[in-house]
Amino acid sequence: MDESDLQILRILEENSRLSAEEIATMTTLDPAVVQARIRALEDARIIRRYTAAINWEKAGNGEVAAIIELKVSPERDFGYDRIAERLSRFNQVKTLRLITGTYDLQLIVTGKNMQEVSRFVSEHVAPMDRIRETATHIIMKSYKENGNTFFEQQETERLPFSF
Amino acid sequence: MRDPVSERAQAIPPSGIRRFFDLALTMEGVISLGVGEPDFSTPWNICESSIYSIEQGATSYTSNRGLQSLREALSRDLSRRYRLTYNPDREMIITSGVSEALDIAIRAITNPGDEVIVAQPSYVSYAPCVTLAGGIPVPVECREEDRFKLNPDALAEKITKKTKALMINFPNNPTGAVMRKEDLEPIADLVIDNDLTLISDEVYSELTYEGNHIASATVGDLWERTITLNGFSKAYAMTGWRIGYLCAPQAICDAALKIHQYVMLCAPAMGQVAALEALRSAEDDKNRMVDEYRLRRNMFVAGLNRIGLSCHVPEGAFYAFPSVKKSGLSDAEFAERLLKEQKVAVVPGSVLGVGGQNHLRCAYAVSRKSLSEALERMETFIEGL
Repeated sequence: MDESDLQILRILEENSRLSAEEIATMTTLDPAVVQARIRALEDARIIRRYTAAINWEKAGNGEVAAIIELKVSPERDFGYDRIAERLSRFNQVKTLRLITGTYDLQLIVTGKNMQEVSRFVSEHVAPMDRIRETATHIIMKSYKENGNTFFEQQETERLPFSF
Repeated sequence: MRDPVSERAQAIPPSGIRRFFDLALTMEGVISLGVGEPDFSTPWNICESSIYSIEQGATSYTSNRGLQSLREALSRDLSRRYRLTYNPDREMIITSGVSEALDIAIRAITNPGDEVIVAQPSYVSYAPCVTLAGGIPVPVECREEDRFKLNPDALAEKITKKTKALMINFPNNPTGAVMRKEDLEPIADLVIDNDLTLISDEVYSELTYEGNHIASATVGDLWERTITLNGFSKAYAMTGWRIGYLCAPQAICDAALKIHQYVMLCAPAMGQVAALEALRSAEDDKNRMVDEYRLRRNMFVAGLNRIGLSCHVPEGAFYAFPSVKKSGLSDAEFAERLLKEQKVAVVPGSVLGVGGQNHLRCAYAVSRKSLSEALERMETFIEGL
């Protein structure tokens, strides 16, 4: 991992549809080198996949999302890892993190509607061994996700020419 | 009726690009590579600190020189970045953009009839500012075969008994040329041997893509005869805030301060607060923007060469300066037809002084998507010639 790898990662994170040739032009690296480096980053599972940033609210699929916080009793020898691994198997769990503070684990869960999310939490998450307490926060509106703001920004007026 | 307009005002030429400007304003869907400013918004932490200062009622004049805290932070910053040493109380003035700094610098040193050599192609205001100060601008051409650096032999030819000063701008608008230490040394010798003052506009200093910027005043014994001009507009995407600065030995700085007091009083207070925040917390934002310009430069310059507009790789600023010689059109014809036929706005090089003819100034401070689209349109245009 060197500065060129980091640069390639930053470029791909911003726009994963760029070809190796385009990235090569921008970084002044050889296209074959870029290709090989990207493959190595994929093999090392540093690049996990190529995806799109989507404003689902605008797409209007009607899905809802909630942040679920859990207090968990850690296991001897495993800490939080085993229970986190089990939770991560649910497709409903989009994001799962170990955090500091009042709660231990934080999940972002999505579902077709509120009933589905609450049923998932009450039937699958809350009853799990070692989970002592849950707090569910419904996401009412998302303004920014992973660096992408969802505000429709007005074009600011720019002069066609300036020196 | 007597002519109400002064001879001096009449003596300065109108902008060579007015008609392009008017034309572009009437057209829809123009991609403009004609803008000499970043396409980024000012980083929000900078804006926020300025808004907060307004809420706190910091809306008065500041001292003529500018906020003490800003000058002190700037003095440390210049020392750390470029090993430039300027005393914040005696050798520094915060100005309303580099435009004002340039004006008061020239007025502080120019006697009627003095010649000021202006390295060109250049920003459009250098020569008119000399004229307005009663001096005589003398252009010296930075040639393409020298990669648009200032050639000491060309400079020597222009020096006369009347020459008072030399005005340079590196990294350069419009060529992107950069002067390394070894390029500046022979210039320094000429400036010193001929007892000239050097005015060095370094507003693109942070936009240096290979190696570090060399401040003119740090070369040889130039410090005592150099006026360093710089500002926040380009590096921090702060063009509208109008904050620049002038640094010079005390005698020159005192003279410039008198002019500044009478014509400007002080730079905008809100802008000064923003500039201070830029120095304190916007290093990462700035680096991110510079990295992006570098990627765009590589992409755009490769694209220009591919479509037959030969272009050297600019080492600084955010302009590409390709040649249109092969097209058989003059730069003005090329620019006008490109705008009318393909809706891409560029600046014809000839309006930027000697050495600019047969070239176009294309600012790549626009999104990569717009750059790709502009390249496609330019290719279509060239193929149709």
